[in-house]
Amino acid sequence: MSSSSLPVSVDATATLLAGQRYVADRSLATAVFLALKLGRPLFLEGEAGVGKTEIAKVLASGLGRRLIRLQCYEGLDVASAVYEWNYARQMLEIRLAEAGQASREDIQRDIFDARFLIKRPLLQALEADAGGAPVLLIDELDRTDEPFEAYLLEVLSDFQVTIPEIGTIKAAEPPIVIVTSNRTREIHDALKRRCFYHWVDYPSAARELEILAVKAPDAGEALSREVVGFVQALRKMDLFKQPGVAETIDWAEALMQLDALTLTPEAINDTLGVILKYQDDIQRLQGSEAQRLLEQVKAELGGQTAV
Amino acid sequence: MARPADIPEFEGGRLLANLMYFARTLRAAGMPVGPGRLLAAVEAVRAVGLGNRRDFYWTLHAVFVNRRDQRELFDQAFHIFWRNPRILEKALAMVLPQTRMDTGEPQAPMMKRLAEALHGKDGPGGDEPAEERLELDAALTFSERELLQKTDFEQMSTEELTLAKAALARLRLPLLDVATRRFTADPSGPRVDMRATLRAALRNGAGAIPLKRRRIKTNHPPLVILCDISGSMSRYSRLFLHFMHAVTNDRDRVHTFLFGTRLTNVTRYLRAKDIDVAVDRVTEAVDDWSGGTRIGECLAEFNRHWSRRVLGQGAVVLFISDGLDRAAGEGLGPVMERLHKSCRRLIWLNPLLRYEAFEPKSLGMKAILPHVDEFRPVHNLASLSSLIEALSRPAGRRLEAAAEWRPTAA
Repeated sequence: MSSSSLPVSVDATATLLAGQRYVADRSLATAVFLALKLGRPLFLEGEAGVGKTEIAKVLASGLGRRLIRLQCYEGLDVASAVYEWNYARQMLEIRLAEAGQASREDIQRDIFDARFLIKRPLLQALEADAGGAPVLLIDELDRTDEPFEAYLLEVLSDFQVTIPEIGTIKAAEPPIVIVTSNRTREIHDALKRRCFYHWVDYPSAARELEILAVKAPDAGEALSREVVGFVQALRKMDLFKQPGVAETIDWAEALMQLDALTLTPEAINDTLGVILKYQDDIQRLQGSEAQRLLEQVKAELGGQTAV
Repeated sequence: MARPADIPEFEGGRLLANLMYFARTLRAAGMPVGPGRLLAAVEAVRAVGLGNRRDFYWTLHAVFVNRRDQRELFDQAFHIFWRNPRILEKALAMVLPQTRMDTGEPQAPMMKRLAEALHGKDGPGGDEPAEERLELDAALTFSERELLQKTDFEQMSTEELTLAKAALARLRLPLLDVATRRFTADPSGPRVDMRATLRAALRNGAGAIPLKRRRIKTNHPPLVILCDISGSMSRYSRLFLHFMHAVTNDRDRVHTFLFGTRLTNVTRYLRAKDIDVAVDRVTEAVDDWSGGTRIGECLAEFNRHWSRRVLGQGAVVLFISDGLDRAAGEGLGPVMERLHKSCRRLIWLNPLLRYEAFEPKSLGMKAILPHVDEFRPVHNLASLSSLIEALSRPAGRRLEAAAEWRPTAA
């Protein structure tokens, strides 16, 4: 059984995530462990760019499972999320069968055969392969509408899908399900109740520094400290969209490409578009405000090293 | 699953009892924690073990919390409870009378109304007499309603207001429908439904395959109402509450915000089925009735904290305000532009538009006007019904919509 490869404790889960270069808080590791151990979906909410989607990818590669991703959008329907019949082939089959004088019952049985079933992500996720049950990532669930959310209830609680022509298909081994939401609307309690919930927050300065050390190891110690300090200060400002961890990593890499060894007001102005994605925010920070913030960050860092 | 049989073996039952009390505590504090959650918690604690306090904390967190705003409550409850459950009980006893009052509240106004109904005309201007007349003499009521249609809300007597409120309660908003990505069966639809066709083919047996058709399903977009409740609007704002209540209870996906000097989300209060309960709750929740107006700041707050959550799926925004701003329209332009750009359609309802020679002269109005799709009066019932007509019409090209007013504003 492949489930033996699942981590046996919270510590093991943390080690597993760290092994895949994912720096996780103890709280997140606990939630992931619970989801794996008790076979329930993990519901991750948080701002954009804090590493929600990444968890699923990391789990898939860490456990050696297949990753199946269902990107949600408004109007997502059963035909593109669960299954669809291959109509062209079915038509052909009917014609062939009629030519061969097959009986009506035979045709009926043959037409809705698994051969003509096109499997979409949710149905694929119910099939385990050699490596074990796959990791199913249901990404940005808040983008879809309430009817689809209601449909998911059956899939996520019993891990089964009902196809009227065939019957109910049940997973032999339930997939590892990660559901993410950016909270652009509230997901219904009925769905959340079936999951373990975790709010993925922006990391603390120390944690973010760790993440940078793992994800952008080439950035120097000094630069990393300044980048993290600056981003953390930005998050305290009243911005329309606060920079996420993904932006921090991108920014550190962008600065490296520009051969910056430390942060300067010019470098910040040139690369502001990497961390801030709204014109209002960029305008607010351009020029003197960025410089003020940078001086404040440098003063704080200086104080730290002196102590 | 934790079967009842193996529960006593679990830590001698002590932890289980404590978990149960903890769950009850959370429930008393207002979190939706049922027996199902409690069982899940037992299961989860057993899976993680009781190695250390932090893991225990996050285990219970993963089970009991399922909204971001519950985190603080959980955090406090956890730290107090698992140090000494007694302290929390005492603390809760102090808080409980308030929460009890909250739950008992819906009954109080009902009882008051009931008393009014029983004692006849005890209440000042209750709805009873008006409703009676409506039933007794339909013809008279009709003509009266006709008259009401043209009377300005501001000039109505209490009795007329009551009738107007009743009319508002009957109001339906047939907002334009938008195409979704879903389909519905329709014999004369433009697309072929392959799945239904194949099923029909089998039912038919040999011979021709009858084509089944479908068309794209339509659905109304979410509606967001932003209503001004400042002093200059005071006469109207309470009536609009009735309007908003009728709309909220008529359709799903309606979000209502009131603003004067600050922004309040009153969606939840308006969901109460009884209008009196709803109005009472809103009145209690909002503390800037009939004060000044800071349209710019309130809208900026809306843009920052709410727009991404309520405007996500192409919402139509009803902006109800007279456009008189204490800050003289400062900073209003960009904020309005952002709001306009992030919704499907922005409709401005302005009671000041009732005057024949109205010109959008105030700075606030000038700042708002370039960014709305539709500009309509709402000062009497007739204007409200013309609004409804306008809303069910397919929208014109966005920027040309309120063009007739633009030259005066510029």
